[in-house]
Amino acid sequence: MSWENSSQRGIAVKPAVFDYYSPQTVHEALLLLEQHGFEAKILAGGQSLIPTMNMRLASPKVLIDIGRIGELESIRVSEEEIQIGGMTRQFLIEQSPEVARYCPMLAEGIKLIGHPQIRSRGTVGGSLVHADPTAELPVILCTLGGAVTLASLDGERVVPAEEFFLTYLTTAIEPNELLVAVQFPRIQPRSGHAIEEFALRKGDFAIVLAAAAVTLDEAGKIAAASLGLGGVDGAPVKLDQVTDALLGLEPDSRLIQECCEQIRDIVEPESDIHASAEYRRDLSVTLGRRALETALGRARLSLT
Amino acid sequence: MTIGTSVKRVEDPRLVRGKGRYVGDIQLPGQCEAVIVRSQHAHANLRAIRTQQAANRPDVLLVLTVNDLPDDLPPIPMRLSPEGSLELALQYPLAKDKVRYVGEPVALIVAKNRYAAEDAAELVEIDYEPLAPVASVDQALSADAGLLHPAVGSNDLFVIHSQKGSVEEKLKESPHVLQEELYVQRHTGVPLETRGLLAVYDPNRTSGKLTVYGTTKVVHFNRQILARLLKQDESQIRCVETDVGGGFGPRGEFYPEDFLIPYAAMQIGRPVRWIEDRLEHLVATNHSRQQKHRVTVGFDEEGRILALRDEIFVDTGAYIRTHGVTVPALTQAMLPGPYDIEALELTTHVVATNKTPTGTYRGPGRFEGTFVRERVMDMIAKTLGRDPLKVREINVIRPEQMPYSNGISALGQEVELDSGDYPRILAHVRRVMNWDGFAARKAEAAASGRLLGMGLAMFVEKSGLGPWEWAEVELLENGEACCKTGLADVGQGVKTMLAQVCSDRLGLPYTKIRVVHGDTAAVPKGNGSFATRGTVMGGTAAWQAADALRSKMLQTAAGLLQIETAQLGLLGESVVMQATGQTLLSFAQLLEECRRQGIRLREEYTFSAAHMTYPYGVHAAEVEVDQDTGRIKINRYYLAYDVGRAINPLLVKGQLVGGMAQGLGGALFEKLYYDETGQLLSGTFMDYLLPSSMEVPDVEVEILEWAPSLLNPLGVKGAGEGGTVAVAPAVANAVCHALQDYGLAITSLPIRPELIRQAIRQGKNRPKGAEVLS
Repeated sequence: MSWENSSQRGIAVKPAVFDYYSPQTVHEALLLLEQHGFEAKILAGGQSLIPTMNMRLASPKVLIDIGRIGELESIRVSEEEIQIGGMTRQFLIEQSPEVARYCPMLAEGIKLIGHPQIRSRGTVGGSLVHADPTAELPVILCTLGGAVTLASLDGERVVPAEEFFLTYLTTAIEPNELLVAVQFPRIQPRSGHAIEEFALRKGDFAIVLAAAAVTLDEAGKIAAASLGLGGVDGAPVKLDQVTDALLGLEPDSRLIQECCEQIRDIVEPESDIHASAEYRRDLSVTLGRRALETALGRARLSLT
Repeated sequence: MTIGTSVKRVEDPRLVRGKGRYVGDIQLPGQCEAVIVRSQHAHANLRAIRTQQAANRPDVLLVLTVNDLPDDLPPIPMRLSPEGSLELALQYPLAKDKVRYVGEPVALIVAKNRYAAEDAAELVEIDYEPLAPVASVDQALSADAGLLHPAVGSNDLFVIHSQKGSVEEKLKESPHVLQEELYVQRHTGVPLETRGLLAVYDPNRTSGKLTVYGTTKVVHFNRQILARLLKQDESQIRCVETDVGGGFGPRGEFYPEDFLIPYAAMQIGRPVRWIEDRLEHLVATNHSRQQKHRVTVGFDEEGRILALRDEIFVDTGAYIRTHGVTVPALTQAMLPGPYDIEALELTTHVVATNKTPTGTYRGPGRFEGTFVRERVMDMIAKTLGRDPLKVREINVIRPEQMPYSNGISALGQEVELDSGDYPRILAHVRRVMNWDGFAARKAEAAASGRLLGMGLAMFVEKSGLGPWEWAEVELLENGEACCKTGLADVGQGVKTMLAQVCSDRLGLPYTKIRVVHGDTAAVPKGNGSFATRGTVMGGTAAWQAADALRSKMLQTAAGLLQIETAQLGLLGESVVMQATGQTLLSFAQLLEECRRQGIRLREEYTFSAAHMTYPYGVHAAEVEVDQDTGRIKINRYYLAYDVGRAINPLLVKGQLVGGMAQGLGGALFEKLYYDETGQLLSGTFMDYLLPSSMEVPDVEVEILEWAPSLLNPLGVKGAGEGGTVAVAPAVANAVCHALQDYGLAITSLPIRPELIRQAIRQGKNRPKGAEVLS
């Protein structure tokens, strides 16, 4: 159907003309994608797409609304991971006891997304595919080494996070593909998660955010650690150079601080009207340190 | 007696139930929608505008460019502070030959609905010949800058100069001279309801052929301008104020759309509505505030200011709008604030740039001037190593000097501070904030690595701008009263205030007083709501009208009861014995008698005031700064404001808390960023950062009634803008105090964490106490 002639009663519809489809199943959605490909946009929660359409910054010819595909809304916990359906609303993740228990970074980070109104509409898949460089979900997924499942009529493929996010607002998804699920690894024993972000106002996109995961061995030494940053490049940045230096150690604050100082030279952020590159570097060090310290503290707490 | 009590607002029951009617809520048969096509270029010649494709779209009813408007259409005139030489820099409703800012209206499209109009708008082809944009004051004043208005001859459109005493001499005599450049960023009032208009034209009517909904603030004045531009008699135009979702200065002035929408309705003979969207709003509605100050101040060892010179550059944008030189003139006139300064020299340049034109925003000129002056006071204190509060105490005007003329004029009158006890409010804030005990707390916090700071700023406001305001009060047959006012309701509680004032005179509950405003068919005249004039001017007019009605009621009762008027009073909807309160005659009986005698219980009054009245106050903030990120946390915020007399303390508090939130926006968050090509970079609410409830701290408000105005019978001074004007310097002074060891001197707004963090990083590498200029 077309909206073109539907607005005689004064309905304020502002986007350019588009065709609208509302598939009921993933298969239907994939058929539509196959048919319309580049001309189509998937409408999930609409938190980024609708404003850009209303401002006519985006004018997709075809809109495929996946909001009625029930099979895309799920949170499933297995031995290894939490699998979340692409159309799952962010507030469901926020309220999920399983997520809080098995993936504390996700539970903590999801609360940092916008405001309750935004999380009640916004979806996990929408945020990942939109790939804003300062969004929480991409950074969390990269830091934890998760993956996404992309479906097309040819079948499904699983793409690891670090291969999925390419640059600003760009991912490895093909025009005929739909993000049907995302996999977050479960937190391991003797581990701690943390996420820190700096935004100018509560609920804004972060200037910089840092997420950290630390796993200790039975002796209390660091067995595994990861640190990811958002807001310093077109895609999330994983700082293995920093965390590798901590392996096998029982670091104190000073050592973490020293390790994190090198972040300043690793990241290459850009300036915009909200923050200079220099300030982003500076925040990267501070937030990286805070996230690592908090994650380590939580891991130690889980030892006792 | 309801004056002085915090009764609930009469406006709210309807509004909180969602029964408000805003201009966007009105639906009339055959109503169409307009969309404005706006310039994408900051500065360009218009070579051609091709509209044929747009006009051919289905459902499109009208396309207008400047070629479709009358040849002799004049530009939009100045409402306040007109200056003849600036008439060459006024704006026409649609761009002629040239565009001068991004967002300037170039064409208008009317279609059966908004959707069709937006689609057609995309088909308008504008052939621009880009010109070099003038994106800043510095650029505008450089020798090789292109001229925005060649007819004026310079981008420095207008210069205001005032002098008192000999600054040159006094500076020579001064033991200390401090020079500083301070800067206030471009930002503006952002009502959550954007502008909107609905015009209806019915040529078959004998009078009031054209009705315009959505006008506000200065409804009668806008009707007058519209009549002039349309070449219609004023009696043919009815302007109606609907509910308004925020005013703050920008909203309600006469903009290009205020001509275009009625004009379009007359062309097509159908109702035309236009609702501004937010993208438009941020480029089309008045901006404000952008100023640079070059201050030179001479002072003695005590911190007593001997001379102050300030050269001010106002980035006024592409055109002179309805405010004329109001903001520049007020900036100058109010700059000295509460201080007694012997020698002053103030020069203000009104500079044209290729940016959205500017106008007033809550506290125009005072937000800017207060930031400059109160930062300078702290800089003087820092230079001398003295207590900033003490330095202020030395400089303030004493009560015995009142009334005090500061020697500078604005809005056609010299600033004459009518009353106030400035030393007392400083002593008061010293006590309330435990100012003297803070050093110990600060030191204690420092020992555990926390950076605390306390700062304050003093301010003087102006209120009650004339020349006059009108009111009429009538006791109706049903026993209720009707108060007609020339004020506008932009959400400030004007109906409640007027009901309280009338209630006081008439012995009627305030809930039984109906206030009529904003409809030129119902209210014959008025000057509207701006410049914190409502309570002083409109309140006094209503008080006088109600008082005259009271006399009439008492006289009628006296005749009937054969008791002297002086012994009678009005209380509880009855005529009573003044001394005992004994009921003699109900209003129903009085009305009956008046009916019999043919007396109409209706009185009107026009209150005139040659001089404004000046409230004053103080803001104080305690902040904590996060060393690692530069984030500012406001631990405590206090403001005290002497409004002479508060009609409704609850409403005054609301004004102050809301005003503070806007001031905080200007202090920490809001900025309209332009790039060097004159494109606005912060054109959405993602980038134009308004403070939310999460950013605004609790505000401790103390309403003082120490110095009632002597210029009106109620003793009132306005309360609308004092919450806003001193936030930036109070917070800036507190942050500088917190970072005193790092030597941060805040000289520009907004105060972003980045600036603070930068100072901390640099400060750690340099000796304590060294000055770092931002």
